[in-house]
Amino acid sequence: MIKDQEFLKSKASYCLDLAKKMGATDASVTVGHSISETVNFRNKSLDASDRSDGLALSIETYLGKRRSSISSSNLLDENIKTLIEKCFETTKITPEDEFNSLPDKNLLAKQISNLNLYDETRFENEKKIKYLKDLEESASSDNQIINTESSFTENKSNFILANSEGFCDGYKTSSFTASCVTVAKDENSMERDYEFSSKRHLSDIKQATDLGNKAANETIRKLSPNKIGSEKISIIFDKRISKGMLSAFASAISASAISRGTSFLKDKIDQQVFANSINVIDKPDIIKGMGSQNFDSEGVNSNTLQLIENGILKNYFVDTYNGKKLNLKSNGRSGGTTNLYFENGNISYKDLLKKNSRCLYITETIGHGSNLVTGDYSVGATGFLVENGEFKYPVNEITIAGNFKDMFKNIILANDLEFEYSVNSPTMMIEGMTVAGK
Amino acid sequence: MSNFFNKSDLTRQDTDKIVSETLKNCDDGELYLEESKSESILLDDNKIKSSNYSSDLGFGFRAISDEVVAYSYSNEISKDSLKSSSENLKSTLKSIKGTYNHEIPKTNKKLYEDINPIEQKTLKSKLEILNKVNDFLRKKDGSVKQVTASFAGEQKSIEIIRSGGEVITDVRPLIRFNVSVMLEKNGRKETGVYGIGGRQSYDDYLKNDNWKNVCEEALRIASVNLESKPAPAGEMKVVLGPGWPAILIHEAIGHGLEGDFNRKKTSAFHNLMGQKVASEGVTIVDDGTIDNRRGSLTIDDEGTPTERTVLIEKGILKGFMQDRHNARLMNTKSTGSGRRENYRHIVLPRMRNTMMLSGNQTQDEMIKSVDKGIFAVSFGGGQVDITSGKFVFNCTEAYEINNGKIGSPIKGATLIGDGPSILKEVSMVGNDMMMDPGIGTCGKAGQGVPVGVAQPSILIDKMTVGGTKL
Repeated sequence: MIKDQEFLKSKASYCLDLAKKMGATDASVTVGHSISETVNFRNKSLDASDRSDGLALSIETYLGKRRSSISSSNLLDENIKTLIEKCFETTKITPEDEFNSLPDKNLLAKQISNLNLYDETRFENEKKIKYLKDLEESASSDNQIINTESSFTENKSNFILANSEGFCDGYKTSSFTASCVTVAKDENSMERDYEFSSKRHLSDIKQATDLGNKAANETIRKLSPNKIGSEKISIIFDKRISKGMLSAFASAISASAISRGTSFLKDKIDQQVFANSINVIDKPDIIKGMGSQNFDSEGVNSNTLQLIENGILKNYFVDTYNGKKLNLKSNGRSGGTTNLYFENGNISYKDLLKKNSRCLYITETIGHGSNLVTGDYSVGATGFLVENGEFKYPVNEITIAGNFKDMFKNIILANDLEFEYSVNSPTMMIEGMTVAGK
Repeated sequence: MSNFFNKSDLTRQDTDKIVSETLKNCDDGELYLEESKSESILLDDNKIKSSNYSSDLGFGFRAISDEVVAYSYSNEISKDSLKSSSENLKSTLKSIKGTYNHEIPKTNKKLYEDINPIEQKTLKSKLEILNKVNDFLRKKDGSVKQVTASFAGEQKSIEIIRSGGEVITDVRPLIRFNVSVMLEKNGRKETGVYGIGGRQSYDDYLKNDNWKNVCEEALRIASVNLESKPAPAGEMKVVLGPGWPAILIHEAIGHGLEGDFNRKKTSAFHNLMGQKVASEGVTIVDDGTIDNRRGSLTIDDEGTPTERTVLIEKGILKGFMQDRHNARLMNTKSTGSGRRENYRHIVLPRMRNTMMLSGNQTQDEMIKSVDKGIFAVSFGGGQVDITSGKFVFNCTEAYEINNGKIGSPIKGATLIGDGPSILKEVSMVGNDMMMDPGIGTCGKAGQGVPVGVAQPSILIDKMTVGGTKL
């Protein structure tokens, strides 16, 4: 059973009281509990099962402008006491930092609305097994599929965030995740691909057979790939890759990257950074949203933010510490983005494919090739050559490269946005990138 | 050494009884107890930005029957908690009838000392060094706009209790010191990163003001990058420098030779055992037994002593890396490669220190032999698709080569290749094998573990460079 609010609150207030008693001028505590159960299948039979049950505690103590933190999974009172002592001793010798402080009291969340993030349904392992059997049955129906691995994870979490300004709140969340990885083989090649579905509520999870079929089809169509030559070409990013562009953008406009000066988007507020048709929004209050939250990791209220309006940068993601450095108020984004998305473009997916007579459709990238200081981008890629709107053949062992500053200004979005994950994007085209191949 | 039982209602006798009873009809399994203490101290933007201490305690209980692995973990070491894990394992593995394999090799060796590096150096002196790093770099070069420096230290104590009451223990220290510097000149910004570390005390790595060398190396890389031109795009010859660039081997070959992917036949290498997969000059080993290295372990996380595993010998594929589970199913022995990030995770076959051994050519000869290509000296990270065999890694310091001479530095670019064929393109192997500085972390299935790599300079005849200049 997931620990209730009362248990977590009692641990949190024990910590705050203790820190205060030792002389801390301020303190903040997060106590969380999480239970998760996973069943793994491989080639239509049970492969592994995994149960985890974990408590976690993190405490920050302040002495004026001095701050340090500790974390532990051991919630015995005696251990907590030792750790808080250690934390406070460390705080005393840590240098002052004028920007260290708890969030402004008037920014703290006051009302918690029910975003329906918790589904108490218990999906017994027997039921997970049944789901995975159906999934793998459909995933392996084509004889080119030589291996299937799938899993179902059920997670229930609860937490309390409390600070010495009197904030004390938290709520339960749940997630259910089904995933499938398939391997296909023909005389020329062996390829792997995947599909997954992750939701707050069990009833929203994709059908097992749909998920299995999708993974298998995605894999089979990659068989017998070609390597193409090096050239400048228009690139279409499948939704699962285009959302990665948004994540890179989000990192580049975090107040931490801006205040440290390590972002290519520093000093670009009110300037054009995307094509003027582009709007980017971060919305924390989507019902059942995978990224939804009532407040951020400091307790600050978070509202919907428009980051990009008609291509113009309007906001950063601001937390308390970096906000003070930049002379900005926290907008409740300590801990990152919530539900981040590009608004739909005004061209259909089909028309996007046909927009250029020849383009490259990317379904997977590998490597860590995003440099957020310079904006340089270079990653390994897998995909398909598309001619006149038709998928011609699979392509691999190539790289795609460019610079975000140019890439962002050349984005064209389709109108096929769906809210599947915490970051969502329509299919995206960027003209004029460099492919390195043969 | 941690005593896992002194603050619990659980006694060693109870534990032995529950473990033996749970694993009675299983093929393998164990109770893994772990206590870790870790710290991270970060200087950033002219200030001590964070100072965090963390302590973690828990157990992971594993039962294996045939191909099925049941696992349960908890951070509460108590009789109730262990019993409930036991019930959970038993409910997964119904109607089992295996025979427990009691055999496990022993070792008397110790590859590192039982120290707690965190306690061996005062917080004050660590803060002092971080501040010195900041002052040193900012004074040394006026174009320094940002300095980040950090200490990370850890002591991890583990105890493995097998069915029948056999107990195996290890205490593992690990430290890392890292410096990152950003320069800005004429509107251009570039960063350089360098770090050192391993399984000794902080002072073993920092003696003789060695932190200055780390700073200078980070600064040198950033300065080189300030002058960099766009990288070329397309297939060309690539000379790799010695040491850290061996993450090429880690990505291209290493992951594909891990036992699990080969048992499942999902690795591009699964049917290549005994075949030629590299040029004759190429010999690659995965060695967990080098004193004090970041990737070294006295015993792996299943209790098996680590070893030096030959993966490729003179171009021929000789061996896979195995944990007990995959070894049993493939009728072979564990190579001491069973690892996990911590008690929250299941064991997987993983790399330790993956090394290509020296040949007899020089880096000079390699550069001179190249008409048009690149010379790559340092890398960020890499990644591999083990099924298709395609792998990438990102240069953080590289130069163009024109007519046998090193030319201008080039911007960071991704290099891509095909694992099973790339080592056949190695036409020269240098005599200058070097270990990396002790900073690598390898990710697999969501678990990060510390690893090492080593190689001499090598010349690869054909590889795709992912720049922007056609």
